[in-house]
Amino acid sequence: MSPLLFMAQRLTAFVLALAVSAHLATILYAVRGGLSAGEILARTHGNVAFMLFYGVFVVAVAIHAPIGLRSIIREWTPWRGRTLDLALVLFSLFLLALGFRAVYAVYA
Amino acid sequence: MTAAAAPDSVLEVEIWRGAEDGSFQEFRTPQREHQTVLDLVTEIQREQDPTLSYRFACRVGICGSCAMVVNGRPRWTCRTRVSEVIGGGHRIKLEPLRNFPVVKDLTVEMTQFFDKWKNARGYFEPGKTPAEDFAIVPPASKKRREIDEHIECIGCGVCYSACDVVAWDKDYLGPAALNRAWTLVNDVRDKGNAERLDAISQSEGCQACHTHMSCTEFCPKSLAPTYSIAGLKRAAFRHSLWGKR
Repeated sequence: MSPLLFMAQRLTAFVLALAVSAHLATILYAVRGGLSAGEILARTHGNVAFMLFYGVFVVAVAIHAPIGLRSIIREWTPWRGRTLDLALVLFSLFLLALGFRAVYAVYA
Repeated sequence: MTAAAAPDSVLEVEIWRGAEDGSFQEFRTPQREHQTVLDLVTEIQREQDPTLSYRFACRVGICGSCAMVVNGRPRWTCRTRVSEVIGGGHRIKLEPLRNFPVVKDLTVEMTQFFDKWKNARGYFEPGKTPAEDFAIVPPASKKRREIDEHIECIGCGVCYSACDVVAWDKDYLGPAALNRAWTLVNDVRDKGNAERLDAISQSEGCQACHTHMSCTEFCPKSLAPTYSIAGLKRAAFRHSLWGKR
């Protein structure tokens, strides 16, 4: 694996450890008074901080997950080479598309 | 201190027979005081079945050629006493080293293992022009101390047999080859580090290590290839960013 991919995965793991903790803490805090999903989203609309937070979250996932998945596929299947790399680039773009769609829903 | 075995103790020894396909054959042989696993295999071969294949040379923990899997753990059989591995029982199971093709019985093919040393550029690269004088390498210098223990590897293959990543990915270079590369990365006389760090940063290189530390756990010389690999990861990252080594 390229050392840059290796380091990208480590750094995004660090970002995700913080982001997942903040996400869970926020959800737990928000629902303890009985807020519904719709009521939560009504509060996040137009909030740039939420948009930035989840935007960073999505980018970190789109970098982190395909690199890890590539290692798992290499270890557990005979799939190698450029087709594997291309498939994981597409998977990364898929995660980005899904993630930004959700970020848009949180913000707009 | 090991208690002497009773004179009438009999060991039940299961030994792998065949190559990739094969089965375990059971032998019964006397248990003796201070007997090593290598003594046991030798006695079975000489007294019971001369077709049993295994490999050894020095018998005293220098060459590393007698490595086998003993009761599930890869070990040097010449440095393993029977009394250490049977606990309170009388059974021993002997298998060839894992992650190697089996030639026959307890003998494995080590070509791929040493080819990976070459793939990791685990050989000294003097550069295009020979050095004009002897290199002075102070024993207390940081780079020399970094590899004090790692240069003691004798290539027995125990770490390679214990490595989960090799089991999953047959192309993974493995702890021994990467450990050798690490010793050269820290060799101030060597001129091949740019190519070496590229070689160990392929998909099957040091970054594939999961840090399970099985190599370090099982190394008969108590070396720590895991730390060599961690050092390579750092060196490869610095090299990819700034071309430093």
